[in-house]
Amino acid sequence: MPEALDMGKHALYVWGSFGATALFMIAEPLLLRARARNIRKRIARMARLDQEVNQ
Amino acid sequence: MSSRFINWFKFSSPATFYPLASKIAWVSTLIAIVLIAIGLYMSFFVAPTDYKQGDGYRIIFVHVPASWMSMFLYVVMAGWAALGLVFNTRLSAMMAQAIAPTGAMFAFLSLWTGSFWGKPMWGTWWVWDARITSELILLFLYLGYMALRSAIDDPRRGDRASAILLLVGVVNIPIIYYSVKWWNTLHQGSTIKLNEESSMDDTMLLAMLIMTLGFWAYSIAVAMVRVRTIILERERSSNWVRDLVRGEN
Repeated sequence: MPEALDMGKHALYVWGSFGATALFMIAEPLLLRARARNIRKRIARMARLDQEVNQ
Repeated sequence: MSSRFINWFKFSSPATFYPLASKIAWVSTLIAIVLIAIGLYMSFFVAPTDYKQGDGYRIIFVHVPASWMSMFLYVVMAGWAALGLVFNTRLSAMMAQAIAPTGAMFAFLSLWTGSFWGKPMWGTWWVWDARITSELILLFLYLGYMALRSAIDDPRRGDRASAILLLVGVVNIPIIYYSVKWWNTLHQGSTIKLNEESSMDDTMLLAMLIMTLGFWAYSIAVAMVRVRTIILERERSSNWVRDLVRGEN
């Protein structure tokens, strides 16, 4: 580990803070992408059903 | 009207804004990645160890940007909500709705990282100090807004009711900001002052500002992606959404 990343006695607190922030800021876009995909699929399904009913 | 002026009302239509939001999201994502990478590098490799707080002070490189963003996003949300109430535009309320979860996340991170700073520096995870308590109220306002918004089935009524809650809650923002001045609190005073020179080392200050700009770009990117999903959800019965989704599959 590079010396600059050695937080000594404050390691738990520094990594606890940066870790939680990283976790949230990576998880949020991923969850959002999954949600966007689901919505698109649902709407496509609805559109197909409507088309079938109208035919 | 001269063609030099952009017709902003054109973009208040969800159908017109939808493709634009995608472009803004891509540009903001790129900016966020670059700025946060530079900010993180500076936080650990460039900024010196503090003579008093040791390495524990580095928490401020995420704590201060997260706290600023939590307050700033609330004001932006309230601004959109006010626009929605005045002009009755659907997109304004969707924008407010798109920002809320990110604002709540930053309010939570502000409290979390503050707590991780408080333990080694003050010897306690939590105190009912004015700054910390008002930030906790901000988190509750975000959660309250989101709960109210989703509890009302009629989207237009939900927009109006939650917009009023947001506008009333704005009173909390100056309370958070001035809490360290108005009350004798455990939380330290502002590091960055508008009218005085900062009390920080230049590289520390620069790292903090770059991280803040990175968080800002991140918030724009996430809000744009989320507003696109909200537009799809709320306009799902309209022809343009059907055509769009059909074209993609």
